[in-house]
Amino acid sequence: MTQRITIDPITRLEGHGKIEIFLDDKGDVANSYFQIPELRGFERFCVGRPVEEMPLLTNRICGVCPEAHHMAAAKAADAVYHVDPPRTAKLLRELLYMAFYATDHTTHFYALAGPDFIIGPDAPIAERNILGVIHKVGLEIGGKVIQMRKYGHTVVEMIGGRKVHPATSIPGGITKILSEDEREQIEEMGRWAIDFALFSLQAFKDLVLANKSYLDLILGDIYTHRTYYMGLVDANNKVNFYDGKVRVVDPDGGEFCKYEPKDYLNHIAEHVEPWTYLKFPYLKDVGWKGFVDGKDSGVYMATPLSRLNASDGMATPKAQEAYEELYATLGGKPVHQRLATHWARLVELLYAAEHWVELATDPEITSPNVHRVPTETPTEGVGIVEAPRGTLTHHYTTDERGILTKVNLIVGTTNNYAPIQMSTNKAARNLIKGGKATEGLLNMVEMAFRVYDPCFGCATHSLPGQMPLEITIRDKEGEVLDVIKQFVD
Amino acid sequence: MSDKPKFAMYWAASCGGCEIAVLNIHEKILEVDANFEVVFWPVAMDAKYHDVEAMEDGSILLTLFNGSIRSDENEHIANLLRRKSKILVAFGSCATEGCIPGLANLSPVSEIFDIAYHTVSTDNPNNIHPQTSFEVPEGTLTLPTLNPYIKTLAQVVDVDYFMPGCPPESHQIAAVIDLVIQVLQGKAQLPPKGSVIGAGNSTVCDECPRTRNVKQIKAFHRIQEVAPLDPTLCILEQGVPCNGPATRSGCDSRCPRVGAQCIGCYGPAEGVLDYGARLITAFASVIDAKEPAEIEAILDGIPDPTGQFYRFNLADSLLRTSTKAWKK
Repeated sequence: MTQRITIDPITRLEGHGKIEIFLDDKGDVANSYFQIPELRGFERFCVGRPVEEMPLLTNRICGVCPEAHHMAAAKAADAVYHVDPPRTAKLLRELLYMAFYATDHTTHFYALAGPDFIIGPDAPIAERNILGVIHKVGLEIGGKVIQMRKYGHTVVEMIGGRKVHPATSIPGGITKILSEDEREQIEEMGRWAIDFALFSLQAFKDLVLANKSYLDLILGDIYTHRTYYMGLVDANNKVNFYDGKVRVVDPDGGEFCKYEPKDYLNHIAEHVEPWTYLKFPYLKDVGWKGFVDGKDSGVYMATPLSRLNASDGMATPKAQEAYEELYATLGGKPVHQRLATHWARLVELLYAAEHWVELATDPEITSPNVHRVPTETPTEGVGIVEAPRGTLTHHYTTDERGILTKVNLIVGTTNNYAPIQMSTNKAARNLIKGGKATEGLLNMVEMAFRVYDPCFGCATHSLPGQMPLEITIRDKEGEVLDVIKQFVD
Repeated sequence: MSDKPKFAMYWAASCGGCEIAVLNIHEKILEVDANFEVVFWPVAMDAKYHDVEAMEDGSILLTLFNGSIRSDENEHIANLLRRKSKILVAFGSCATEGCIPGLANLSPVSEIFDIAYHTVSTDNPNNIHPQTSFEVPEGTLTLPTLNPYIKTLAQVVDVDYFMPGCPPESHQIAAVIDLVIQVLQGKAQLPPKGSVIGAGNSTVCDECPRTRNVKQIKAFHRIQEVAPLDPTLCILEQGVPCNGPATRSGCDSRCPRVGAQCIGCYGPAEGVLDYGARLITAFASVIDAKEPAEIEAILDGIPDPTGQFYRFNLADSLLRTSTKAWKK
């Protein structure tokens, strides 16, 4: 008897998501499909627009990480005009970006991942949410989390003009000149953010690493895939969010390729499936071999853990210590256990906070020299940044007036679409046997895609912090055999 | 079940920025929790449509609906939430006016597919496009059908209030939540149906601290040609197309304060029938030229009139779509 399990809609994606699980005659998982039922068509309707509009238009791809699109678009527009912005403009863009990163990673760790680890994956469902986290760690810490988000958005608004959808990056630089008064406030908030990041790492060690069952869960097979890993690195192969080259390591940790943004087409291609609106990027030189891991499959991952795997370390001292500790604890590079992504995210949080202060104390940060007028004829350009959810590529071609004739976007979460499909499939296969779906499946499936923080992840769980899932098992005739619910009245 | 009034928030075709803007009211979100029973909010809790279907009609007091109507699924949920809600608010630019994704109304869906699934990085030799119904070996998979063009919420269902902004500024959201709580406590009254809430009644220019000298211009400039702008003077009078004169106030002129032009995300100002028409009038009034050839040369400084005049508002304008999108 063929059975079918539908999880619809799941929610933590940009747009909507749906999982269809098919069972075979024995009731084991035959296959599963993670579908994205939405397409808005930015690559079409941005054509005909002036290229300087792109940092504003592409913000609206994602309101969770508009800062990433704003930066990738600004960098692509710089490249189109062959203009190198003054150093201060780059510092300001990057400062805004660090504050955004610290905020975004905080929200994800405490509100989304927190419930699984701080409360526990098998704790009573009613406690497994952000309010439960606050009860466990105390109101004071809950207040700190809110404070961190506030500080981050304050900096984004100071430099970008708005808390959501910043407005100031333009081809050749930025429109905002930072005052000394603003700089002082930003530095102070950054120093607070470093303490907050250190505190968060300590909390992770105390609550998660000190707990053997959590550590076993992290190191277990159910959330493990051996894939390629991607991340942006600086000249010393250290993790960088704003600039550098894209480095890819193979499943054994060896460098597979390292490329300039402008050369991305030599390395990345996208595969289309007829059952979903989203495409599946893969490594061109390995090829698309379907939803399988290993060295012969072009599937790669682009997440906090991927960035750490693809780099030789962190560019700030405290984050470097945290990086070393992570690999020492988990048995060296690369780490394939997806749940370690949560730890990697905290290492990045610390880097973002440290670099925030570095940038805020740079003597040139308040310089009025924030823009260079482009003088060359615009042609074509690629801009790449690391979005929190993966390497973000914007590629524009324009006419001689800078009017877009072609737009190509490979967006953060999209990089991870194939791994997400594989991870949910693996969780389902491990947990559904003989037609019986255990209630544990619900949270386990949830955890399988939560590590990737699919685009909507950071916003969710703030209130009340629960992932609703409902699984309906039907027979061939559509008769309901069983319904399993979580957070569904 | 709680006796508290029920609250819902839904996102149709959207970017999630409206949800982040709601979260950015920070501690105040706890007041929402204290005063309402949150019954449907896909980003935060139960996302199941059939639970909403099972509710009594009109049982949700307040629904904030963000996102535009791109697919049949969006349209279905809009109708469902209309039935179930006493007060339905079109929340944010996508729901009120189509926003930037509304620019997709310039192209038929087939063209969007032809571009999206054949970009330079896409390897698609067999010309595969997503199908609304597709047979995989194990069964049939379905996807929502995209409408020929984007619609605003009010083009699909009756809307009680409109809250503009891309996204609405958090202080405005907090003020609206305060108002609703006061109404619940009998301390205030709701504005008349159809009102714009969480925004001002004038234009962005009225909130802008920059000085206007009623100066006329001989040329339009693109911002990268002239940045950084003089921080004290009107951006439009410096020759950079700024949408402030046609755009509703309420954001506190955020973008002009950081040296960037208003791009119009708060939608048409009070009483404006067509946003683009109003903006064209405003631009015309600053152009210093008499001869048609001279006027034309100045207007050439606006390289993308459609995007300039209808950046956020195309789907709600008198035009709504291009003819080729309409015909499909």
